[in-house]
Amino acid sequence: MKMLIAVIKPHKLDDVQAALADIGISGMTVSEVKGHGRQKGHTEIYRGAEYQVSFLPKLKLEIVCPDAIAGTAVETIQSAARTDQIGDGKIFVTDITEAVRIRTGETGDAAL
Amino acid sequence: MTTKFIKPAGPIARMHRPAWLIAATTTALAVMAGGPASAAEDATLSAGDTAWMLTSTALVLMMTIPGLALFYGGMVRRKNVLATVMQSFAAACLMTVLWMIAGYSLAFTDGGAANAFVGGLSKAFLAGITKGSLTGTIPESVFMTFQMTFAIITPALICGAFADRMKFSALLWFLAAWMLVVYAPITHWVWGGGFLADAGVLDFAGGTVVHINSGIAGVVAAMVIGKRHGYGTENMAPHNLVLSVIGAALLWVGWFGFNAGSAVAADGAAGMAMAVTQIAAAAAALAWMFAEWVVIKKPSVLGIISGAVAGLVAITPASGFVDPMGALLIGLIAGLVCFWAVAGLKKALGYDDALDAFGIHGIGGIVGAVLTGVFAVEAIGGTSGLIEGNAGQVMTQIGGIGATIAWSAVATFVILKVIDLTIGLRVAKDVEIEGLDINLHGETMHN
Repeated sequence: MKMLIAVIKPHKLDDVQAALADIGISGMTVSEVKGHGRQKGHTEIYRGAEYQVSFLPKLKLEIVCPDAIAGTAVETIQSAARTDQIGDGKIFVTDITEAVRIRTGETGDAAL
Repeated sequence: MTTKFIKPAGPIARMHRPAWLIAATTTALAVMAGGPASAAEDATLSAGDTAWMLTSTALVLMMTIPGLALFYGGMVRRKNVLATVMQSFAAACLMTVLWMIAGYSLAFTDGGAANAFVGGLSKAFLAGITKGSLTGTIPESVFMTFQMTFAIITPALICGAFADRMKFSALLWFLAAWMLVVYAPITHWVWGGGFLADAGVLDFAGGTVVHINSGIAGVVAAMVIGKRHGYGTENMAPHNLVLSVIGAALLWVGWFGFNAGSAVAADGAAGMAMAVTQIAAAAAALAWMFAEWVVIKKPSVLGIISGAVAGLVAITPASGFVDPMGALLIGLIAGLVCFWAVAGLKKALGYDDALDAFGIHGIGGIVGAVLTGVFAVEAIGGTSGLIEGNAGQVMTQIGGIGATIAWSAVATFVILKVIDLTIGLRVAKDVEIEGLDINLHGETMHN
C-alpha cells in the first residue's frame, strides 16, 4: 500500500475528489493547512501598511491506495489539481505497512 | 455674554449658533435651536421633536454598541478581539453612570464664575430633572440621554489608538477621568454656553467636541503608551473585515441620529442634516476607494469603509450649516486627506495609532471643522462661510480647533502619566504577545 500526500490549492478539491472517484479511490482525509514552496506567499495592504503573508492556505489530502494503482492515482491528482500557475502544490508518496478497518477488523488492501 | 444662553433655573438647550447670531435673528431661528432664554420660557413639548430625539438617542447608542465595537473588533488580531469589543461595551456602561453623576451637569449647567470653561454641579445626579422638565421642545430626560450617548462614543473612539496593549484597569481609569476632565468641559465650551460658543465657532454635531477631541487624545495616548510589540515587523492584518464592515454600516446609519438629531427637532434643519450626512459619507468613501485604487492598485474593503467613516466625521460639524454641494466637496476632500493621513502621515511620523483614531477622527474632524467655515451658507444655518465672503469664519473655526487640541492634548497627557506612574498603563510584554483576551478577560474566540 502507498500513501499519497497531496498539498493542493483549496479550490481544486472538488476536481481532485471527482477524478479519484473515477479511478476507484473513494476515501481520503482532508486538512486545512498553510504553507509555501517557491510561491513565497503574497502581500496584503491595509490602510497603507504592507504585510508579507508567507504561508498561504492550502489543503492537504491523505490517500491510501493499493500499490497497483498508486502511479495512476498520482497522475490523476496531478492533472486534476493543476492550474499551471505557481503554487499548485506537491504530491508525496510513501509506503504504508498496514491498514485496519476498525468496524470489521479487515486488514491490508481489503481495509481501504 | 453667556447669560444669553443660560437660564440658570431652567433647562439649557444645546446651542449650535453663535451668540451674535442668536441676538440678531428672529424667533423662528430661536425655536429651531431650542432658543435663548426668552424663547425657552415659552416653549411647550413637541411630540414630533420628542419622537425624533428618542429615536436619535437610540441610533447614537447603536453607533458605539455594537457599531464601533465591531468596527474596531474586526480590525484587531484574533487574540485581541474580545478585549477590543469589551472596551466599547464597558465605555458605554461607565460613561452612562458618570454622565448621570456629574458629566451632564458639568457640560450643560451654568458654571458661575467659571462658566466660560465648565458648568457647575447643580444637576449632579440629575438633580431637578423631572418628568415635566423641558429642554426646548423636548423633555430634558431625552436631551440628557441623547447627550449621554455622545459622552459614550467619544471616549470609546480613543480606544482605537491604543488598541492591543492597554491594561483594562488603566483603560477604565483613563476613560472615566477623560470624560469628566476633557469631554464635559469641551462640550460646555461649544454647546453649554462656554467661550467657544461665544466666539461663534460652528460645530453642529461634534466635529471639535467629539472627533478632534477624541482623535487628539488618541494620538497623544498612542505616543505615551508606545508602539505595539512587533509593530512594523509582525503581521497585524485585521482578523475579520466583515465585522468591520458591519460596524461601519451601523456607524453610518447611527450617524443620522448623531447629525440630524443634533437639530434637536424634527424639522427642515434635521432633514438637511440627514441629506448632507449621506452625501458626504458616500463621497468620501468613493474618494478614498479611488485614491487607493490609483496609489495601491486595488480598491480595498477596509479603504471604502474607512472613507465612509472619514466623510461622516468631516460632515459632523458642518451638517447644520452647509448645502448638498458643500457636503459633496467636504466628503471628497475628507476622503483624500484621511487616506493620506493613515497611509502617509502616520508612517512619516512613526506613532502607532493602531486603528487610526487620529488619522480618521482627528484629521477628519479638523478637515470638517475648517471646511464648515468655508462652505457654510446663510440660507441653511444662518451663517455665511468663506464661499459667501465671510473669511473670518474660517479663522473662528481654526481658533476653536486650536483650543480643543490644546486642552485635549495637555489634559490627556497628564491623565495618562498619572495612571502610568500609579497603576501602570501597559500590559506586560508576554501578555501582549499571547493576547489580551485570555490574559485580561479569561476568554478566547473559538472557531
